[in-house]
Amino acid sequence: MRTFGQLLVRGLIVGLFAGLLAGTFAYVMGEPRVDAAIAIEEANAGAHTHDHGDEHAASSSEEEAPLVSRSGQKAGLFLATGLSGVALGGIFAVGFTLLRRKLRTGNDAYAALGLAAAGFIGIVLVPFLKYPPNPPAVGDPETITRRTVTYLLTIVIGLLAVCAGVALSRWAARYGDVARLAGGVVGLVVTVVAAYLILPRINEVPDTFPATLLWQFRFASLGTQATLWLLLGFGYAATVARRPSEQKVNA
Amino acid sequence: MAAPAQSVTVPAISSRLLLLSGLSVALLLLLAYLVGFDQGAVSQSGMYLHELMHDGRHLLGVPCH
Ligand SMILES: [Zn+2]
Repeated sequence: MRTFGQLLVRGLIVGLFAGLLAGTFAYVMGEPRVDAAIAIEEANAGAHTHDHGDEHAASSSEEEAPLVSRSGQKAGLFLATGLSGVALGGIFAVGFTLLRRKLRTGNDAYAALGLAAAGFIGIVLVPFLKYPPNPPAVGDPETITRRTVTYLLTIVIGLLAVCAGVALSRWAARYGDVARLAGGVVGLVVTVVAAYLILPRINEVPDTFPATLLWQFRFASLGTQATLWLLLGFGYAATVARRPSEQKVNA
Repeated sequence: MAAPAQSVTVPAISSRLLLLSGLSVALLLLLAYLVGFDQGAVSQSGMYLHELMHDGRHLLGVPCH
């Protein structure tokens, strides 16, 4: 048996590596899209000051130097994904510790993979499908609080939907394997669709923003998070899996 | 339907385990908050950390600006 501390530290370490590698994916696939979006944002801002600010010579000095340069933000990307990985990895490890006995598999590695799949669906996929993430230059700063609250709500709903899927799948299991699978899908999808219908619709993408760039950014974001969860799941599975020699001693 | 006990590697549920779990999750959520949502109130770094982790926020799917 492993102690809580051992299980937690493994989650933190695996999470850190998963986060840094997800950061590498984001750097390669995402940063060019963020740069392109910021260029559009700055062009829009420039056009705006031309319209209203020509007489005010002082308005050009309003463009203060940014607190962090673009290259600083690209380095900060790795800090952000690394720390997110640590946080998610630790929470994942706590979840694994508390839920392990409820997961109906004798194999710890399968349990970790199942939990990671559940986390990815609940925390990433369900929010993504309702409120796809947006690059800079998209989004009204006035609505950030509302968008943040609805985003967090979709995470809670996503996790509840996964629980509903598991519960219905277990109930339906008495009618066979097909029913078990169908029950899981129905429980998940019905919960998600019901929530999507109730949650407010938010679409702040300006008509002028290029759709190709928008979706390239969104898939880069999804890929970043998928990388993180994939590596977290397989990494944690590898660290909790027992070597055959260990099994013999403990069995 | 119970999982074979011999392969379960986690400690038994106890009030001590639940307390440790709660404390850990609270700290880790604070860390996630720092990356995803803080605007200087918690980090006490002004907007520096917020701006530094700006691209990460966007690419991790968190609403930003
Ligand atoms: Zn932003």
